[in-house]
Amino acid sequence: MESTEQPRSISGSMQSPRSPSLQPYLSVSVTDPVKLGNGVQAYISYRVITKTNLPEYQGPEKIVIRRYSDFVWLRDRLFEKYKGIFIPPLPEKSAVEKFRFSAEFIEMRRAALDIFVNRIALHPELQHSEDLRTFLQADEETMDRFRFQETGIFKKPADLMQMFRDVQSKVSDAVLGKEKPVEETTAAYEKLKHYIFELENHLAEAQKHAYRLVKRHRELGQSLLDFGKAVKLLGACEGEPTGKAFSDLGTKSELLSIKLQKEAQQVLMNFEEPLKDYVRYVQSIKATIAERGTAFKQHCELAETTKLKEINLDKLMLTRSDKVGEAEIEYREIKAESEEATRRFERIVTRMEEEIVRFQEQKTEEMGVAFHQFAKGQARLACSIADAWKSLLPKLEASSAV
Amino acid sequence: MMGSENADGFEETNLNSQREDMENLDLGVDGDAGGDDPLKKSVVNGDTSNSGYRSAMSTLSNVHDPLSPPPTVMIPADSDPLLAPPSAYQDFSSFGSKPISSDNSYIEPPSYADVIFSPFDENSDSEINGAEDSSLHSQFSDSLSRSPSSSSSDYIKITVSSPQKEQETSNSIVGGNTYITYQITTRTNLPHLGGPSEFSVRRRFRDVVTLADRLAESYRGFCIPPRPDKSVVESQVMQKQEFVEQRRVALEKYLRRLSAHPVIRNSEELKAFLQAQGKLPLQLSTDVASRMLDGAVKLPKQLFGEGGASAVPVQEVVQPAKGGRDLLRLFKELRQSVSNDWGGSKPPVVEEDKEFLEKKEKMHDLEQQIINASQQAESLVKAQQDMGETMGELGLAFIKLTKFENEEATSNAQRIRANDMKNLATAAVKASRFYRELNSQTVKHLDTLHEYLGMMMAVQGAFADRSSALLTVQTLLSELPSLQARVEKLEAASSKVFGGDKSRIRKIEELKETIKVTEDAKNVAIREYERIKENNRSEVERLDKERRADFMNMMKGFVVNQVGYAEKMGNVWAKVAEESSQYDREKQSS
Repeated sequence: MESTEQPRSISGSMQSPRSPSLQPYLSVSVTDPVKLGNGVQAYISYRVITKTNLPEYQGPEKIVIRRYSDFVWLRDRLFEKYKGIFIPPLPEKSAVEKFRFSAEFIEMRRAALDIFVNRIALHPELQHSEDLRTFLQADEETMDRFRFQETGIFKKPADLMQMFRDVQSKVSDAVLGKEKPVEETTAAYEKLKHYIFELENHLAEAQKHAYRLVKRHRELGQSLLDFGKAVKLLGACEGEPTGKAFSDLGTKSELLSIKLQKEAQQVLMNFEEPLKDYVRYVQSIKATIAERGTAFKQHCELAETTKLKEINLDKLMLTRSDKVGEAEIEYREIKAESEEATRRFERIVTRMEEEIVRFQEQKTEEMGVAFHQFAKGQARLACSIADAWKSLLPKLEASSAV
Repeated sequence: MMGSENADGFEETNLNSQREDMENLDLGVDGDAGGDDPLKKSVVNGDTSNSGYRSAMSTLSNVHDPLSPPPTVMIPADSDPLLAPPSAYQDFSSFGSKPISSDNSYIEPPSYADVIFSPFDENSDSEINGAEDSSLHSQFSDSLSRSPSSSSSDYIKITVSSPQKEQETSNSIVGGNTYITYQITTRTNLPHLGGPSEFSVRRRFRDVVTLADRLAESYRGFCIPPRPDKSVVESQVMQKQEFVEQRRVALEKYLRRLSAHPVIRNSEELKAFLQAQGKLPLQLSTDVASRMLDGAVKLPKQLFGEGGASAVPVQEVVQPAKGGRDLLRLFKELRQSVSNDWGGSKPPVVEEDKEFLEKKEKMHDLEQQIINASQQAESLVKAQQDMGETMGELGLAFIKLTKFENEEATSNAQRIRANDMKNLATAAVKASRFYRELNSQTVKHLDTLHEYLGMMMAVQGAFADRSSALLTVQTLLSELPSLQARVEKLEAASSKVFGGDKSRIRKIEELKETIKVTEDAKNVAIREYERIKENNRSEVERLDKERRADFMNMMKGFVVNQVGYAEKMGNVWAKVAEESSQYDREKQSS
């Protein structure tokens, strides 16, 4: 599943072949999952191939080896540095040991990681990130070093959720000593928050049913297989022409079982995964909302503190106290911090506005593709089922005429 | 033209609880969908015994029949999960005017859901065809007569209905036991039953047991459909209403099977059961204890050479030794069969037995495979049902999402997405409905497998009749030599006494009388055995032919059904794919 929204500066892999070297481009692919290591410490490594003509990068093509935690590092760094931007989500870390190395899981993860990196490479701001360059180019040793340095320092989404909840529950500000809610209360923003929260619920439900549907395909496939076998055995007991009819029926049933298993896999990859990705995206937005809440709180706090300091300074100036100098310095420092906090907050607000628009467009495109593929898959499956059974009918007619 | 006008359609159809949503979207057709699903229940229990599955299947096929022409079962209103068919039609047509999507072409008239599609019938608009086919189909499941030999003008239709509580008359103050009676209505044109006519009687379950016992006696060697279980445990454990309904269904099936049997349908026993008003004029099956007390152990006395030459009706010989009545005879034959096993006196005809044993073995194999196929059919039905359910739930989830996006829409992208979602959702709901219909048809077809499990039991019964008849013959055969030997011994001893030995001579006379009676009994038994053997043979032949024809029909029906619904679903999805064709991307290699 490729994201195909209009690139603003650097184009991705959908490059016009006529002018490859004139337009700036950056395209990445995550390939060749390989299991490394032994026992508990075993992990999967991926080849990350970067093709670009950007001057910041070392040459037209670069291949590095990366593992899942390197991707996590990249995501965390971007999350810290680009507040307000919806950082593309990562596939989950699988807790179930057995499942971790199944071919299905590995392929799904590879595809999701590929999408992750490409979304970053296509994002107008994120694509210029130094951390991205590091990720795409640094040798494995350097990468390992970076990764070990950063683990644990940056908060995981779970912690951010807690912060978000704190903001939501209108915890009073102890520093200010005032019972004041430090939350944005603009109608538009309230609407957005409500939308995002509700959206996650709805999507999670849809995704749950999509996953179940995959299972149902598998179960139906299995039961058709068993039924086919049983019917063939039954046919062996009966004489002709019934015996042959049963045998044909059983064979068809087994054939259709295979088609169903195949479709199950398709539904998983092309329908359920995109839905899950959608859910993850919404969760990423929630994390950004939490960040915004924090930034807003800081901005408010510092604005208050600055005001107090100003009042204090004025008082001191009036009384011609000798503490004026000190107070002035303090005041200027706080004021600078406050302005910085306000800038940070406002940048988040601006970014989020743009991001929401991007998000909506991107999701409409991606879900459209997913729906289309699902419908096509179901149509194809139904047609092949109809055809398979239909081909049996003339034989059955002929047999019963005997 | 985005979601605005369709959103109105949504208001009407979108409700709070998921199931209710499904119900409304499903046009309120399936009465059982919201509550317990009997099929799922019994299948989940891993019920390998016949009764649970059978009753669940029959309940399911009853419940999912509201779209076919109403069966003539008269059902008490309180216990009936079925919606009255006319209202189902009304629901359907009224729904037709509030479309979920602007395109109505996939909401077909109700009768079509029950159609057996002809494979070359692409024209899906022939309602008349549909109605005809569905009535054919319900007739198919009603009577099992579909072999070409039975003439289509013969007609007998039995229905069981109106269970009622009645009380035994008693002189005690407390009153007698209560029991349930059922109304048995027969519509037929068989002259033997005074047809063409329609008549009803009331019978209780005990009468059915009597009927089954009398038939088993009169029609030895025949493959008699097994009667419903007494289900003593179930009757205690189940809800009364549920149990009564289960029994009603089972009785109906049993009587229909009996009436489908070309020989038994003309029996006096069945006629008495179906027609005789008031008390059932068939001899009650008495229990073991009363028989023993009766002292009606006449034949064993004969076999032991006791008592006088009391005339025992030789017909008694032809009945197998039953429980109490012939306890001593039972022991004798048991001894005989044991000696047979040890290769003592061999039965007269060995070659036929080999053929018989082969046939028996084949039948056993067949039974095993039918059981297996029946179980897998159950699994298949469950899988289809689950698929339909999950598809429907998915559709509903997307409908809710669509509504949500439309309400909260702040951008055009959202509205477009909501619209795309809606197309998918409605298709999913339609597909879900198709799966349900497909499944209710599949149940009917594959139920044939289950029907024949019952018939395999009947075959076992027929073979058992033969074995017990053979045992009687062998018992009598082995008696004769020993009796003869005793006579000779007495004669030898008596001849040594001058002038004869009065007591010995008397004894010799008695023994000779016994020998004569035993000889006659033996001849009767042999004739009976031959008769039963012939019954076996013709019945098995008939059954084989019928079974094969039924299985062929089952397969055809199953396959045609699959084709029809797969095509329907394919069309629905193809349409969605077409509508979303702007999202068609070439697959790019990574």
